[in-house]
Amino acid sequence: MKMTRKRFLEIGGVSLIAVAAKKVVGALGNEATARSSAPATRWAMVIDSAKCHKKDGCTDCISACNKTHNVPVIKDSLHEVKWIWKEPFENVFPSQNNPYIEVALQNKPVMVFCNHCDSPPCVRVCPTQATWKREDGIVMMDWHRCIGCRYCVAACPYGSRSFNWFDPRPYITTLNADFPTRTKGVVEKCNFCEERLALGQPPACVAACPEKALVFGNLAVPRSEVRQLLQSRYTIRRRPELGTEPNLFYSV
Amino acid sequence: MRDRGVIYTGLLIFLGLITFPVWHDLAAGTTSRGPEPVLPTQEKQCVAPREFMRTSHMHLLMDWRDAVVRHNEHSFKAFNGKTYSMRLAGTCLASGCHTNKADFCDRCHNYAAVSVTCWDCHVDPKLTRPASGGASAAVAEASRFPVPEAERGQGARAIAGQTPALQGAK
Amino acid sequence: MFMIEKALVGGRRYWGWALGLFVVVAAGLYCYSRQLSYGLGITGMSRNVTWGLYIGQFTFLVGVAASAVMVVLPYYLHNHKEFARMAILGEFLAISAVSMCVLFIFVDMGQPARVLNVLLYPTPHSMMFWDMVSLGGYLVLNAVIALVTLSAERKGVAPPGWIRPVILLSIPWAISIHTVTAFLYSGLPGRSFWLTAILAPRFLASAFASGPALLILLCILLRKLTGYDVGSSAISTLAVIVTYAMVINAFFVLMELFTSFYSQIPSSIEHFQILYTGIPGGALLLLVLGRISLAFMAVALLLLLIPKFRRNERMLVVACVVTFVSLWIDKGVCLVVGGFMPSPLGAITRYVPTLPEIMISVAVWALGALMITVFYKIALTVREGGRTLAVGHGTTPLPLAK
Repeated sequence: MKMTRKRFLEIGGVSLIAVAAKKVVGALGNEATARSSAPATRWAMVIDSAKCHKKDGCTDCISACNKTHNVPVIKDSLHEVKWIWKEPFENVFPSQNNPYIEVALQNKPVMVFCNHCDSPPCVRVCPTQATWKREDGIVMMDWHRCIGCRYCVAACPYGSRSFNWFDPRPYITTLNADFPTRTKGVVEKCNFCEERLALGQPPACVAACPEKALVFGNLAVPRSEVRQLLQSRYTIRRRPELGTEPNLFYSV
Repeated sequence: MRDRGVIYTGLLIFLGLITFPVWHDLAAGTTSRGPEPVLPTQEKQCVAPREFMRTSHMHLLMDWRDAVVRHNEHSFKAFNGKTYSMRLAGTCLASGCHTNKADFCDRCHNYAAVSVTCWDCHVDPKLTRPASGGASAAVAEASRFPVPEAERGQGARAIAGQTPALQGAK
Repeated sequence: MFMIEKALVGGRRYWGWALGLFVVVAAGLYCYSRQLSYGLGITGMSRNVTWGLYIGQFTFLVGVAASAVMVVLPYYLHNHKEFARMAILGEFLAISAVSMCVLFIFVDMGQPARVLNVLLYPTPHSMMFWDMVSLGGYLVLNAVIALVTLSAERKGVAPPGWIRPVILLSIPWAISIHTVTAFLYSGLPGRSFWLTAILAPRFLASAFASGPALLILLCILLRKLTGYDVGSSAISTLAVIVTYAMVINAFFVLMELFTSFYSQIPSSIEHFQILYTGIPGGALLLLVLGRISLAFMAVALLLLLIPKFRRNERMLVVACVVTFVSLWIDKGVCLVVGGFMPSPLGAITRYVPTLPEIMISVAVWALGALMITVFYKIALTVREGGRTLAVGHGTTPLPLAK
């Protein structure tokens, strides 16, 4: 059949649609298969509040994290970058709070950081897959790909993510050459020390805690320390009604 | 042609401007000089053949980046069978290899006017090494040898525990 | 090509206006270069309020862009001949508005050089990806429609038949761009201010009030400046559309207020308290703006609903200005910033836009104004050629209304 302009455009249009459709179906399919396979690793952490409160004013985990990951220390709270920090109980668990709550919980802070949720809203909204959920459960960040739209920051129900409003390097107290810093314009958060996990080491905060209040382990292994802890005592998670399935458990 | 004078003057000025890069570099004596990167003295073989690295080191680095960050793979099997850990500062800039970024990487990049954004985030180890040896020697030693997967825990622990402090980055 | 040469011929007033806009754009470019080198910390945004003026303006302008459908639908789908002289103006307004949207997103990016990553790594589960696709598509759609219809008019022939399905496609597409923008907000589980099914309908209602209000103002301005008259019946019909949309929008707001305040759920009430009633430790700027927005909405409703006022052109201008400002405050500032207060950990962080941030926003608006000036100049110059508009589309030709 003679090739006319009309026919050429028709073939071109159909080909374009076919290619686009394949990509879309592929992308949707990937998400579905990833969820259907049973995980061999499911990293999680249990925070023992009683142990954490033993040492007043302790910030060892925060210092360890900041040092390991070149987290800048920015005094201006409007632009601060934090991966792990302390919050009052009523801010962390607003639905668990009541006006007559026990004094111990009122006055002692709670450690908060990324929950590495099973159903993370931040991953759902990221337009470039700069943040995604790894097979071992860690919600990862790719700072090469992040475009700094801050949609993930808006989506996170826990306020775990920080944006670099300017170059963080001048605010890094101890530069660690083994881990990159970040640049201005990207979002960062706790990464469960995935680079240490790759080397068989526990997260920096877990290793630094003098009271061993942070217990890190694999939920997929029935006899792991975290599983045993979770079975033996009552733990709560932050805002469970949202369906995010956080992997940070607090024993209060 | 009444405007002959103006036209010829204009043409001369144009020729002068368009050949500016040539006569300026001639006067400055920089034309004959290409980039002179300082090659490593200890190691003679890179993670890939020299010609490949010359043309495609960026592709290699992009592959390493995606492998480590997006696929959680850390071990690279080189063309000659050796295993390396895929790290920019930890392997490429390791002791015995391209230890001095300014004398190696920057030389060619500056000559070719290529501005890379790697160093916005990745830390040049030189920034954290104190002038004298001591702790840094152990650090350098540990990162110099290609670390097989099974043994990586040992070497890395040595590095992690001995990172010297830097008093303020700037 | 694109009849740009028609925009290069103009009187002193025209050139004065264009050059003034250029100066504003240049000032904005300077501020943007400072933002690029320092980072977004130059704005008033913070760790808790991560979206501010830029995204607010983007959200509002998507509505203005979508509102072109309020002219296209009656004219092309229902052959409502009144809108014959207005349709092209609505389409050009849409193009300018979408361009401003894209620009506002761009200036808000932390790493703008990487913005193409959204297309290089398509992510169907992200609403922002679909937002980019739909906005880009809408821009192309309207550009093609405007170019083809205007070129045909210039040549004095009916536009080609294939443009009609393209025009009809732009109708659901217009609805979709604003729905997708609403989905950016209404699917986030952690932000109770936005997590409401009525957000998309609210967006559409406010869009169909603010966009046509702006179009009415532009048409009246055009008539005063150039003598190009879209016709009083077109304006009065559009005013009725603005009225209905504003009533529906006010109704939706009341629905929101009822659900929140009657249920007394703290996470629900807090945002409205911050915006309208005031709470201790609340943000003063937001309270003032919220109250102004409500007050203006009430005034606008009064002026629009009473026929005597709506039919009086001077009162209509006031009504349109008040409508536009009320909804601009509501969507452009209160909606976005209010969603971040309180933060997920209960903090209320004040947000005050900084001077560079305001300058960049004003410059984007100036660029949009410049675009619309050029477009309208081209359109009017073509029309003033005195040729009869023979619009085919497979229906009976529509003569140029006098």
